[in-house]
Amino acid sequence: MKKLIALVLALALCLGMASFAAADDAKVKVGIINLDPSESGYREANVNDLHKVFTEENGYDASFVTAPTADKQLDAFNTFVNEGVDYILVSAAETTGWDEALAAAQEAGIGVFLFDRMIDCDPSLYLAAVVSDMTKEGETAVAWLESLNLEEYNILHIQGQMGSDAQIGRSTPLAEKAAADDKWTIVAEGTGGDSWSEDEARKIAEAAINEGKSFNIVYAENDGMARGVVAALDAAGITHGVEGDVKIMGFDCNKWALRLLLAGEWNYDGQCSPFQAEVIDGMIKTLKAGGQIEGLNEKNQYINEEKGFDATTITEDDVNTYGLGE
Amino acid sequence: MDKKKESIWKRMGIGQLAIPLTALALLFLFNLIRDPGFFSVVVNINNSGNPVLGGNLISVINSASELAIISMGMTLVTAACGGQDISVGAVGAISASVFIKLLIGMGNVTAGTLTVATLACIATAVAFMMFNGTLVSVFRIQPMIATLILYSCGRSIAYWITGSATPQVDSPIITAIGMTIPGIPVPTPVFMVILVGVILAVIFKRTNTALYTQSVGINQGAARLNGISPTAVKMLAFGLLGVCVAVASVIATCRMSQVSHKTLLVDIEMDAILAVAIGGNSLGGGKFRMSGSILGAYIITMLTVTLLAMGINSVNIKAYKAVVIIIIVGAGSPVIKNRMILWRNRRSAAAVKGGAAS
Repeated sequence: MKKLIALVLALALCLGMASFAAADDAKVKVGIINLDPSESGYREANVNDLHKVFTEENGYDASFVTAPTADKQLDAFNTFVNEGVDYILVSAAETTGWDEALAAAQEAGIGVFLFDRMIDCDPSLYLAAVVSDMTKEGETAVAWLESLNLEEYNILHIQGQMGSDAQIGRSTPLAEKAAADDKWTIVAEGTGGDSWSEDEARKIAEAAINEGKSFNIVYAENDGMARGVVAALDAAGITHGVEGDVKIMGFDCNKWALRLLLAGEWNYDGQCSPFQAEVIDGMIKTLKAGGQIEGLNEKNQYINEEKGFDATTITEDDVNTYGLGE
Repeated sequence: MDKKKESIWKRMGIGQLAIPLTALALLFLFNLIRDPGFFSVVVNINNSGNPVLGGNLISVINSASELAIISMGMTLVTAACGGQDISVGAVGAISASVFIKLLIGMGNVTAGTLTVATLACIATAVAFMMFNGTLVSVFRIQPMIATLILYSCGRSIAYWITGSATPQVDSPIITAIGMTIPGIPVPTPVFMVILVGVILAVIFKRTNTALYTQSVGINQGAARLNGISPTAVKMLAFGLLGVCVAVASVIATCRMSQVSHKTLLVDIEMDAILAVAIGGNSLGGGKFRMSGSILGAYIITMLTVTLLAMGINSVNIKAYKAVVIIIIVGAGSPVIKNRMILWRNRRSAAAVKGGAAS
């Protein structure tokens, strides 16, 4: 009896191995390491997008790991290397400390893609990095402002978490333009802090209004903080939007923010695209077909296309296609 | 002269409030010299066509509302347990998520749905605070360690409840709570502070809560021998803190008509603890003055608004704030107090000697 059970078990094991092997042949094994979806609407959309693209129907055997810190991400990375997946996709919590792990993956013949966040290392350690260029987002927004041809640009500037990529990328082009052009003045500046807080933004705007500073542009580095400023404007009876006195600019393209654009209450929203999955999917399929990944710069980066929406031209379709969250 | 003044202060029952009141007076004086326009109050017509008060002073009393309400609860917990709750911001995010989820789920915002959502919000915050209270009173875990649990995972729970990054609710009733009621130019949150303050004052007046809390805070064993249950008193303190947190989270939600689990009432725990300390309350528990903590909340906010009005970039505000707070808290510390008394005695002794020599 015991022998019979052992035989059955052994058979089952063999069958299991066989089925695994079969799966290996047909499907591309990918390990995807991301940040926590609760981090922001951006991250949520990013995680959902990856889940939508890397499916079994699309020919993938994908494992997903979300971790908020670099050490947990590195653990997951090493596990994937040991498992022997075909590709690893990483959005790193920290830019440093990855060299060893990346080298180990390369030695094991595993291709690594970076998405959304860069890692400080030799570009040869990864196949491609699909990222957003935050400075381009700032430049696009400043170019839009310029195209309005206003007599004067008096700007209330609400910054994000100081030192973050997004803050630097969105602040720098504005600061440079304000320094170069006499018509451009930053009348008040403040930060929403490490959490990009709406309420901090509201307080900064309130203080500027109380001090009698007059501004005709609000350049807020994310949608939430723009909302905070608008609450202060509403309370003080300052009109805003397409028909109003003050132009409202936000970033991130949350669905609710784009709806406010559509309603004419805000003027501009800059996109920071969380959709990199399809690009990477395309690259993997090209590699599988024996091709080469194209369109990369000298740092092996693929810069995502990014849009800026204007309240006067945005459509319902744009809101549904590009809006994040609900 | 000095002695006379001291006795007047004591007779008026000011005592421990001397330092926060002085700090507040100095802040007023500073602004008066810097720019008297700081105190101007104007009437604006808001974008819905209703009159609203504006100006820096209004900003102070309006923006301090959440902090003032939470400081009241924090004072009670501090007095009863000799420790602080650092999870108030995170629990606020949880209760706010329940509040907004229910409002969205029930469709229209009416007085009825608002009441249901508010009650659920209070129940949630009280339940989570009771969890903290149980750890502290029954399992005798240090308050800061016990509340560290919800401090670190509370915002994730809030995210799990909301299910999306920023649920929003759009309704004139919500704006009326977060901003102003049409026809009444004073911001509504100010009335909420008064409401919570009055309710707590009535509780203290009608019951022995304050006395029991103090006796448990001063000497648990002695309190128990006198028939006061330390567990019950601590649970009550946490429960009342829960109510305060819920009210503050409703205000914060209505201000923005949305809940962002990451930013709602963020960092408020530190300011609330600070408010309790600036108010002259011992962070080691025991005797307390709720009015001191409320004053502390307004001092902190006035400091922020003053710095913002001076055009200081908010990046640097925390540093300036820290300097002022070191001075206020330092002035109230027992070491400095004793030094001052010694110095004064020595000076008066020297004066007496000098007088005798001449």
